[in-house]
Amino acid sequence: MNTTGEQRGEGPGPDLGTAHRPLLEADALHVSFPGRGRRAPRKEVLRGISLSVRPGETVGLVGESGSGKSTFGRAVLGLVPVASGTVTFDGTRIDNVSRRARRALGRDIQVVFQDPYTSLNPSLLIGDTLAEPLIAQGVPKERARAGVGALLDRVALPRDAVHRLPREFSGGQRQRVAIARALAISPRLIVCDEPVSALDLTTQRTVMDLLLEIQERTGVAYLFVSHDLSVVRALSHRVAVLERGEIVEEGDAERLTRDPDHPYTRRLLLSAPVADPVRQQERRRERERQFDADTP
Amino acid sequence: MSAIDTASRNAPARRGAVRRFAASPRAVVSALVLGTIVVLVALAPVIAPHDPNTADLGRAFDPPEAGHPLGLDPAGRDVWSRLLHGGRFTLAGAAVAVAVALAAGVPAGLAAGYRGGWFDTLADWWFNLTMALPAMVVLLASRAVLGPTVWTLMVILGLLVAPSFFRLVRSTVAAMRGELYVDAARVFGLSDTRIMGRHVLVVVRAPIIIQTALVAGMAIGLQAGLEFLGIGSGDLPTWGAMLNEAFTNVHRDPLLMLWPGLALGLTSAALVLLASALRDVLEDRGAPAATGRRARSRATGGPAPSVSAEDRTALLSVRGLTIAYPHDDGSAKQVVNGIDLEVRRGEILGLVGESGSGKTQTAFSVLGLLPEGGRVEKGSVTVDGQQIVGAGERTLRRLRGSTVAYVPQEPMSNLDPAFTVGDHLTEPLRHKLGLSRARARERALELLRQVEISDAERVLASYPHQISGGMAQRVLIAGAVSCDPDLLVADEPTTALDVTVQAEILALLRSLRTERGMGVLLVTHDLGVVADVCDRVAVLREGRIVEHGSAERVLTAPEAPYTRDLLDAVLDNTPARGPWRPREEETR
Repeated sequence: MNTTGEQRGEGPGPDLGTAHRPLLEADALHVSFPGRGRRAPRKEVLRGISLSVRPGETVGLVGESGSGKSTFGRAVLGLVPVASGTVTFDGTRIDNVSRRARRALGRDIQVVFQDPYTSLNPSLLIGDTLAEPLIAQGVPKERARAGVGALLDRVALPRDAVHRLPREFSGGQRQRVAIARALAISPRLIVCDEPVSALDLTTQRTVMDLLLEIQERTGVAYLFVSHDLSVVRALSHRVAVLERGEIVEEGDAERLTRDPDHPYTRRLLLSAPVADPVRQQERRRERERQFDADTP
Repeated sequence: MSAIDTASRNAPARRGAVRRFAASPRAVVSALVLGTIVVLVALAPVIAPHDPNTADLGRAFDPPEAGHPLGLDPAGRDVWSRLLHGGRFTLAGAAVAVAVALAAGVPAGLAAGYRGGWFDTLADWWFNLTMALPAMVVLLASRAVLGPTVWTLMVILGLLVAPSFFRLVRSTVAAMRGELYVDAARVFGLSDTRIMGRHVLVVVRAPIIIQTALVAGMAIGLQAGLEFLGIGSGDLPTWGAMLNEAFTNVHRDPLLMLWPGLALGLTSAALVLLASALRDVLEDRGAPAATGRRARSRATGGPAPSVSAEDRTALLSVRGLTIAYPHDDGSAKQVVNGIDLEVRRGEILGLVGESGSGKTQTAFSVLGLLPEGGRVEKGSVTVDGQQIVGAGERTLRRLRGSTVAYVPQEPMSNLDPAFTVGDHLTEPLRHKLGLSRARARERALELLRQVEISDAERVLASYPHQISGGMAQRVLIAGAVSCDPDLLVADEPTTALDVTVQAEILALLRSLRTERGMGVLLVTHDLGVVADVCDRVAVLREGRIVEHGSAERVLTAPEAPYTRDLLDAVLDNTPARGPWRPREEETR
């Protein structure tokens, strides 16, 4: 932590007044993809999303498949083009910036993807994978390699992992590698795209604890994309619910996951089964009472 | 030549590949043969006993003798020396062709596959055009225009085979462009050139090496063919030219055909064998472990276990089931270790465990469909009184569909994109139940309505990509129940679905149980799903059942420590995180 923290010391000194200013701010963000066929209209995936993340805050983004939640994360990362609207990071526009400017943003914004099997190159040693973001930001190779051991310590992986290939690790361990990689250059924001969805229950819990602990220690902000309300509830300060490219509800995690206003959020909440047969039966009855009457 | 060079260049990165290479007799022998030929040919000026072009007409066709180990040719030149020197031109020519093909095909393929867009369209068009040209005709024409130099011909040949490299690289790169680790590299700020060098080249390296060996063999063959036709450069002693000369004198001295033919044959065969050995050595890297294709489970030796009276009453009865994957060295990895299970009619049994617990293996053994390499070591599985372990394929086929049916995890990948939903549903009805086309269609519509699909007519005519994931899972369930089975084996049937859709699918399973009295073996990792639909539950850990009982009892008062750990990891009762507060002091 310390070694990487020092690299950042050259920037402007900490300004306590900026603590309340959003770190990331999306305003009326639209993203569309080309439709099928030549003359098909473009498919609107995000329709005017406005959302902000403050320094050190976790904002959960919940929705079902096709709601556009992953697309929002990818738009922030510059992996999909923005049709209209703005994305601002620390006061600077970052939507549709040049490749060079986007590369420089790698210092501040990092990513952890869902699938720990395809987010690590199967042919690269773990050490090379972890050194990658450092080298990309111009850290000399020797210093990059020296920092890798400390990174492995931070995610509680053995140091000899450096010389091994991803396939020698389980899903949970790979996800730790992916998290370590995202932490390598002390970013200020990590976009987490369903980082625990592919993991076993007990592994999921330990990875979540790791994410919380890292946030406590470093003050990094998370944009946490997930389909699972219970995961989002445990990790997020604030939650936004996305349906067909629009935010239908937004609020503090505690209130939103206990007593949601919007019917869609209520439906999501009541559809997720709880691991208690009696309570689950009540929940099911409640869902049937609220929704099955008016839906076929 | 280049095949060996590239193989050794590949070496520092992967010690494992080198070890596998050394362990493969085919690879070692072909590399040795090729190496010997290359060394001999390279040293030709030193080791050849005579000048290849010094003719002694008086001694034409002399048989082998001291100083002339292979005899003399029709012009009285030493055959052995000509063979050595001729190899230099043959091999160097092939090297030129391969180098040109690599230089033209690989960078273009990388750029086209990675960036796509106009360059891709243009390059694809160009290389398709090149592929359409008949190589022999172009070579003949270019010789007429450019004169008989072997080098020019080989450059042109290289350009003609470049499309094979282009297409190989382009398709590999285009497939990996969507990989998350490439996205991640872009987020880290790596430039496109760096991404190509670090991530892309590593992936396409192995196919390129293999293709290089194949193309080299082909270039040697084509070049020899040209010279055999007399279209090479006449004064150079190449293997093809030697064949040509020998052929005109085939009646006087048939042995003269043998030597150049042998040299060409050995070199080409060594290259092809090396290519195939390299494929085995390089391409099994990074393959996911133990996800082999499904194969029929092999029956164990010995008599099939007998069926007890008690097993006859249960719909599914698993007794002391042990499943193992034998290794090459004789040992075996046990993935399921002596488990007992029972499913009665009208009952849903949840089989719960984390990845690697053996729950899916158990489900497949009930269907008699263990993945390749796996086998039932001990125990019995009876479905409706019928023994599955050791049963023949004919018995299993009769049981599947009509007695036991399967609902998979990934609905989309279990529907063939080339067929409509109707094709998927009517096919088994016509074959298993012998229904006519019209009757099968009626029944399929009926089934779709039973799984609560309202516009059944439209869905029946749809292709898989036109329907949603939840709809696809309903279609698969409809297909599974089409022949009215008694037992449904569902392997994580809702894991790939949204929660709202999951709730609907679970309701469907519940109604199948109550209304049809179907027994269900439900494999899942989700304790919420268990609480929702299961009557009883078995908790599996590392191939053993650690706890077994009614769902209510296991979930509310677990006895095994592992079950307690699992329930502790459930997030239902975790308090929500409080609202955000700015940090007191800036830590950075």
